[in-house]
Amino acid sequence: MTTILKISAESLEALFAALGDSGRRILGPTETDGRVDLGEVQTPAQVADAHLQLTLSAKEAVFPRVERLLSYKTMPGKVELNDAEPDIQPTVLFGLRPCEASGFGSLDSVFNWDSRDKFFNARVEQMTVVGLSCTQADDACFCTSVGGGPGSTKGSDLLLTPLADGHYLVEILTAKGEEIQALAPHLFQPAVNEDKEALLAKLEPHFDREALTAKLPGLFTSELWAEQSLRCVGCGACAFVCPTCACFDIQEEADTKEGQRLRCWDSCGLRQFTLHASGHNPRSAQAERWRQRIYHKFSYFPQRFGEAMCVGCGKCTRACPVDMNLKEHLTQACGT
Amino acid sequence: MEVLRNKAQDLLAQGQAQIVIGYEAGTGGIRRPSFARTAADTARLVWDADCISNLAGYLTRPEIKRMGKTAIVANASTLRALLQLTAERQLAEDAVLALAVAEDGTVTELATAQAVTDHVAALPDALSAADREQMNLLASMSREERWVYWEKELQRCIKCYACRSSCPMCYCGTCTMDCNKPQWVPVPSHALGNLEYHTVRAMHLAGRCVECGECGRACPVGIPIHLLTCFAEESVHQQFGQKAGASAKLDYALGTFRPDDKESFIR
Repeated sequence: MTTILKISAESLEALFAALGDSGRRILGPTETDGRVDLGEVQTPAQVADAHLQLTLSAKEAVFPRVERLLSYKTMPGKVELNDAEPDIQPTVLFGLRPCEASGFGSLDSVFNWDSRDKFFNARVEQMTVVGLSCTQADDACFCTSVGGGPGSTKGSDLLLTPLADGHYLVEILTAKGEEIQALAPHLFQPAVNEDKEALLAKLEPHFDREALTAKLPGLFTSELWAEQSLRCVGCGACAFVCPTCACFDIQEEADTKEGQRLRCWDSCGLRQFTLHASGHNPRSAQAERWRQRIYHKFSYFPQRFGEAMCVGCGKCTRACPVDMNLKEHLTQACGT
Repeated sequence: MEVLRNKAQDLLAQGQAQIVIGYEAGTGGIRRPSFARTAADTARLVWDADCISNLAGYLTRPEIKRMGKTAIVANASTLRALLQLTAERQLAEDAVLALAVAEDGTVTELATAQAVTDHVAALPDALSAADREQMNLLASMSREERWVYWEKELQRCIKCYACRSSCPMCYCGTCTMDCNKPQWVPVPSHALGNLEYHTVRAMHLAGRCVECGECGRACPVGIPIHLLTCFAEESVHQQFGQKAGASAKLDYALGTFRPDDKESFIR
């Protein structure tokens, strides 16, 4: 059962102090040279003001770009093998957009699908997500087309919505959210008759995701993908900024005496993606790699897990050097 | 704009081009690459001061080459890259019809490498004033300060290769970065992997970079990586007196021996 309270800006500052005192690290959006990164903060004043989105995504907090899985040393007659242990500390992710927060659900489906990923789970267990509802959206946003919304509670332990009087509406959604509240219960006040919906950004759905998923199997050989991907330059920016893209590549860095095994982000946009050891690549053209991106997110993943592997944050569109607008391309596919 | 659209339409109708590459309005009105193959497609073409990206990277793409004769709406960067690609024998001379659009909207057809060369010679320097200022700032730093600067910038690199993918001169069929038998450069985007990647790329662009800044604009995390390639390019210019993108007949300075080459770098 969700508890709905409110908190003043001053009390939020005190809550930050209480979080720090409890041994939690706070990561929030911080602004440098027009870029918004997830950085360590101690006070709400350090959190970026009026930002729309992080440039990269918060998946870095649970799925870093480079993760050491193991290391080894070879000696005459034996190998010393050491499992890597993730360096974890209790962390509050503060001020994540609802789209970003809901992305953790997609990652969870992948990292706990057939085996439980030690590194991902260790971080998620120690992580509390404080979401922040959106009061603005841009042309790249399409959360409402993929089952989310500017005030969606999915993936957040606690969701803040800015009120006109400088307070925040606080929805306490999970046991982890209750733990945060319990750190300083006196900082929260009862919320009476606040109309959350009226405070949120307005964003009409652009397409019907379920209809798209139903349609995609019939479009596999369509010319559409070649046409749409003509502009794509074949980099990995879209996948790397995506809160749900979970493809990775295993790299071995070794010499004759020692080595380490690393897990690195991978992207279907890159030409080496799915290149076989034989030299054959089942997706040798950019059109096929682009189609794979769409199908993985909107056909294969929903078939397996019931939801799209996309939260409609639009980060891919904003990061793309040539404006491959995902919302536009999906809307076009729906109309084909 | 109408003049350009009509010109593109005529070229397609008369079979003088099978595809016209230009610009169209994208998300929030930004300019993005556009591909016109039919009369209807040409209605999307736009031209204004925001059409700053270098489109020449598409000219070497097999998907585009297969379509037939290409016409390209060309700003100064695109024209310079077109010349450099011709000099590097990636494009046959006169294979591409360049369309230079003047401020008043008139369109000049540049059908030969010579016509492009003459047109480019009259254009101002490639680097923007802001980039020039940054280059000067970097040049004024000590070696240690520059190291700190690049270390800080490169630590943000996520190895998405948007810089490489957006660069018209990064046309290598298999980039050294993608070689894994043997693997020359570490793949992960850790400090060493990032440093090696960007150093190798800058070295490979020395004497070849047309200073369009596309790599820097493409970077999703805002690393001004073009400053590094521009530095490498200008260094070659200073030492060997030739500039990439100025002519369709240019020997690669770092791959050509001349008896009068300066050898001051050998110490």
